[in-house]
Amino acid sequence: MTSEGGRVAWIRRRRALAGHWATFRSSRRGMIGLAILLVFIAIAIFSPVLVGPDQLDPSSATGPVHAAPSWSYPLGTDNFGRSVLALMITGARISLLVGFTAAMGAIVIGAVVGTVSGYFGDTWIDHTLNALTNWFLVIPWLALAIALSTIFGSTLFNVIIVIAVTSWAGPARLVRAQALSVKERPYVERAKALGGSNWHIITRHVLPNVFPVLFANTVLMIALAILSETTLAILGLSDATAISWGRIIESSFKAGAMTAGWWWWLIPPGLAIVTVTLSFTLVGFALDEILNPRLRQRR
Amino acid sequence: MGARRYVVKKVTHALATVLFILSFNFLLFRIMPGDPVGILVRSDRLTPAQVDELRTDLGLNLPLPRQYLHYVGQTVTGSLGESLRNSRPVSTMIFERLGPTALLVGLGTIFASLFGVLIGIKGGWNRGSRFDTSSQLGSLVLYAVPEGWLGMLLLLFFSGVLGWFPAGGFETGGLTGMSRVVDVLDHLFLPLLTLTLGYVGQYSIVMRSSMIDTTHEEYVMSARAKGVPERMVRRNHVVPNAFLPTFTLIFLSFGFVLGGAVVIETIFSWPGLGLLTYDSIGSLDYPVIQGVFLLGSLAVIVANLFADMTYGYLDPRIRET
Repeated sequence: MTSEGGRVAWIRRRRALAGHWATFRSSRRGMIGLAILLVFIAIAIFSPVLVGPDQLDPSSATGPVHAAPSWSYPLGTDNFGRSVLALMITGARISLLVGFTAAMGAIVIGAVVGTVSGYFGDTWIDHTLNALTNWFLVIPWLALAIALSTIFGSTLFNVIIVIAVTSWAGPARLVRAQALSVKERPYVERAKALGGSNWHIITRHVLPNVFPVLFANTVLMIALAILSETTLAILGLSDATAISWGRIIESSFKAGAMTAGWWWWLIPPGLAIVTVTLSFTLVGFALDEILNPRLRQRR
Repeated sequence: MGARRYVVKKVTHALATVLFILSFNFLLFRIMPGDPVGILVRSDRLTPAQVDELRTDLGLNLPLPRQYLHYVGQTVTGSLGESLRNSRPVSTMIFERLGPTALLVGLGTIFASLFGVLIGIKGGWNRGSRFDTSSQLGSLVLYAVPEGWLGMLLLLFFSGVLGWFPAGGFETGGLTGMSRVVDVLDHLFLPLLTLTLGYVGQYSIVMRSSMIDTTHEEYVMSARAKGVPERMVRRNHVVPNAFLPTFTLIFLSFGFVLGGAVVIETIFSWPGLGLLTYDSIGSLDYPVIQGVFLLGSLAVIVANLFADMTYGYLDPRIRET
């Protein structure tokens, strides 16, 4: 019986998904954003094939130093004679990796805290978690991030953790509100009456209903995480051994690219960040309009 | 709930938050790998005698609860320890840097919110117009731009290529009176422009969507139904109500603007708290980082409290619930 019920639910969800996809396709901005993202994701995935480690190692770089763009170096070279294009391609991998994992981390923490808090609404558990969420909303994120990463050191893993820890509170509040409303619905009461455990109700009823709101938020969160990594990198708080777009900006800044006029070193990484962040934002807004019932009604 | 209870509740909450920040700050620098003195010694600037002195200073020989009380007592009386770089009191160092940051962040917030709100009003009222679509896209692009990079770009173009503005700093020095004011403004222009551009986008997005929400309210419909001219509907019914969420956002995002200021001050060598933070990161000057963290958090808590208070005053509905 459960498998039958599961199958019905699966078919229903697949149909809903097909409907959402059709709506998403009608959003021009969302589709443009998605297309750009797919290109960047492809570059990130294939970057080890496109760029060899010898091109990234400062000691084995063969190009001229600070060279302007030319046929052999389409985006010029940096202060070690490395091709900026090669750095950009590897940077796509690191920046997207940090963006995705940090956003996932923030969303998972936010989802757990928000669901538990909302499900046990108005108990001491809820009060404690809610207070914690509000505190993390208030603390200026960069100050906390600086404190954390100066203490624990700036490995790529720590950067991801720091971004996740400083940005889970927003999603948590969103999920809590949704969980509070789902909890009151008749089918949850029915499941409770039939003897469903808290675990069963949370995973089978509350989470699936929270998920749509969370999904759009995740996409927006990736954009925010990439920007956060850039900020940390510019302040010298990102992993010195990993080449992200933010780190390329930092090294060009430290070398004085602005006053020396080495624009080919400074402009591309920033443009890439703007393009990717904007694309994630466009996709996120398009998803939000589909999945967020409040916005859907307004149209 | 009466106005008085509302105020008491909000102030209590703010005080609880301050206590949390203090405890967090206390714990953060004690759960770090090794003890604080260990970390301080790792930065290789202290003699063994200084280490002992530091231990007593920080109260590290006391049991943990006593340490906590010691720390809170020290902090509340304004003693934030000494910098590891030059042994100066952290509170003095912070105090010296307050002015430039207040100037930059204050003016930046005013300009960004002013332009953001105006753009949002115009776009949200004429939803779908050419102004709306282009300003919305512009806002989204600005929202996606890392402030630090934007600052470098402006520096590259206006200072490096055109030479219209100085490449950084607060003033040229040696000037007095009016010419000094002009000189400081000259130095302020690019950082201020960066901060304004960096934050105008989010204000205009929120104001626009709030305008659209409010246009669908029933009181707007009834105002129109009784024949109030469109201009008056906008000015008297839509804008004041639509402004409320944006107003809160301006204060709530204060923490983010402060964060942006850290990066922008670094780029333009603007001698405020941000540059102090950056220099302290480079030399692992923990007491200063701790002090700036505390002050930044306090500023945000006060900004939030102020938003709550004025919001309750502006919108009586909030006080009722």
